[in-house]
Amino acid sequence: MTTVLKAVDLTKRFGSFTAVDRISFSVAAGECFGFLGPNGAGKTTTMRMITNHLLLTEGSLTVLGMEVGDHARKVKGRIGVVPQENNLDTDLTVMENLQIYSRYHSIPAKVAKKRAIEMLELFQLEEHARSPIMQLSGGMQRRLLIARGLINNPELLILDEPTTGLDPQARHMIWQKLRALQGQGVTLILTTHYMEEAERLCSRLVIIDHGKIHVEGSPKELIEKHAGREVLEVRLLDGEDRDGCLGSIGGRRLAGVDVECSADTLYLYTSDAAALIGRLTFGPERTILHRRASLEDVFLRITGRELRE
Amino acid sequence: MSNPVVPVPPARIPRGGSMLPDLTFRAIYVWYRDFTVWTTFYKASLIGNLGEPLLYLLAMGWGLGKMVGSVNGVPYISFLAPGLVCSAAMYAATFECTFGAFTRMTRQLTYDAILATPVSLDEIVLGEILWGATKSFFSGTAMLVVMALFGLVRSPWAILALPLAFIIGLLFAALSMIVTAKSPSYDFFSYYFTLGIAPMFLFSGIFFPLGNLPGWAQTFAWFLPLTHGVTVSRALFMGTVSWEMLGDIAWLAVFFCLAFMLAIRGIRKRLVM
Repeated sequence: MTTVLKAVDLTKRFGSFTAVDRISFSVAAGECFGFLGPNGAGKTTTMRMITNHLLLTEGSLTVLGMEVGDHARKVKGRIGVVPQENNLDTDLTVMENLQIYSRYHSIPAKVAKKRAIEMLELFQLEEHARSPIMQLSGGMQRRLLIARGLINNPELLILDEPTTGLDPQARHMIWQKLRALQGQGVTLILTTHYMEEAERLCSRLVIIDHGKIHVEGSPKELIEKHAGREVLEVRLLDGEDRDGCLGSIGGRRLAGVDVECSADTLYLYTSDAAALIGRLTFGPERTILHRRASLEDVFLRITGRELRE
Repeated sequence: MSNPVVPVPPARIPRGGSMLPDLTFRAIYVWYRDFTVWTTFYKASLIGNLGEPLLYLLAMGWGLGKMVGSVNGVPYISFLAPGLVCSAAMYAATFECTFGAFTRMTRQLTYDAILATPVSLDEIVLGEILWGATKSFFSGTAMLVVMALFGLVRSPWAILALPLAFIIGLLFAALSMIVTAKSPSYDFFSYYFTLGIAPMFLFSGIFFPLGNLPGWAQTFAWFLPLTHGVTVSRALFMGTVSWEMLGDIAWLAVFFCLAFMLAIRGIRKRLVM
């Protein structure tokens, strides 16, 4: 498999604050590679180093076989960028946004127009071709941002939180388009803090926090390794603590089960919850929830449960 | 977030951080973007650029001109008008590259979007400056037409006031980009207008011959870029062209190159981290 992107000890410092701390990863052609992390984890900083908006402090970053800082123009000509912050040109119409952006890529006007029309059709924006940007809904603007990112037929598309703030319909449509793109061989790198998005789209992902990569793997591998197959959530009663709860449900029979406690819930990670339930005793006043383990469990176990902002 | 007390290693020179300007033809794409936007509301823009110098021409030229009579052997309005072409050019580029460029750089994130494409930051700066100068050219053209209607154009050389307006535009656009690079907010521009542009407007020989000033003030005026523009413009309109004008043009060109380099450095410092 061809390597599309390779980062070695990639580091970014702003003054004395280290936003990205010696991370290494590589992305193969055709993959959808995800950066999952809480706010402030270093996701956007990493993306902006790939897209040449930020200079590296240390380490090396090779995109499509070229060191980014040394070949900025060439790299930027072959990747597509969908930024987190909407930077559509509000002085221009929808169609003009695509045409002027093509111009920045030196795409001849005729080709650009054809490509722009294709993109508008693909993202169901053709009726709005002549609308000013401010008249579009949030979902339409995001679709247009992706369409704009694809205008130069990129081999690699960088998406920074592509569906944050969108309604479920818009989100599903974007997911479907991204899967279709991946099907056509476009490599995708995306950041998200939506577990569902990472689980549905990413062939491989890393969980990043405090500027460091903590784990790497496919969603399935990560869930199996870090959360097991099933989860039993046991709600604490009023005034009860972890040990009190464990005592009351028969905690001595929990050997081999991973236990974690948050403010009001005990999480039991297991490969066979039904058998576990059989071994424990629950009073009628006890609320329990039995569910499949998810990427969210992995995420919370690795990044912790405390609030970030 | 832990903040370990480790000495920060000395910053190395980042790759892609060459001190030389990184310029290609792509600056034209940025110019074209601004031009495309302008075509949708050019009328309002032209009225804005033309309005003020036209009011000055009427009030000072007709009103004050009656009292003043003639200056250097020509009616006051004929003395005044060539200078107003220059100030119109100065204001057009200055507004475009302060308020306009600042809005694009900060609020609209236009530079951020362009930076994701093969266009470099230096080309964005050059494109904006070329566009500012183009607006100066438009303003100069509008002024020239009005002056022709007033019968104030006495020499065919006056047509060269149009490229002159462009050159003045280049210089003031570059100066404005330096200010824009440093500006924390829109309020900052009022300092520039009050302390930079207004003295330029008043003391560069538009309204009275600089010979009326004491010696030290004449020296000060020589350092104002607009002075050299006004000198050339007046000579063109009067038809009194001479080789000396090339000296003034060279002065403007050197000053422009300096301002352009500083503008690139300033914008890089602000946007590239």
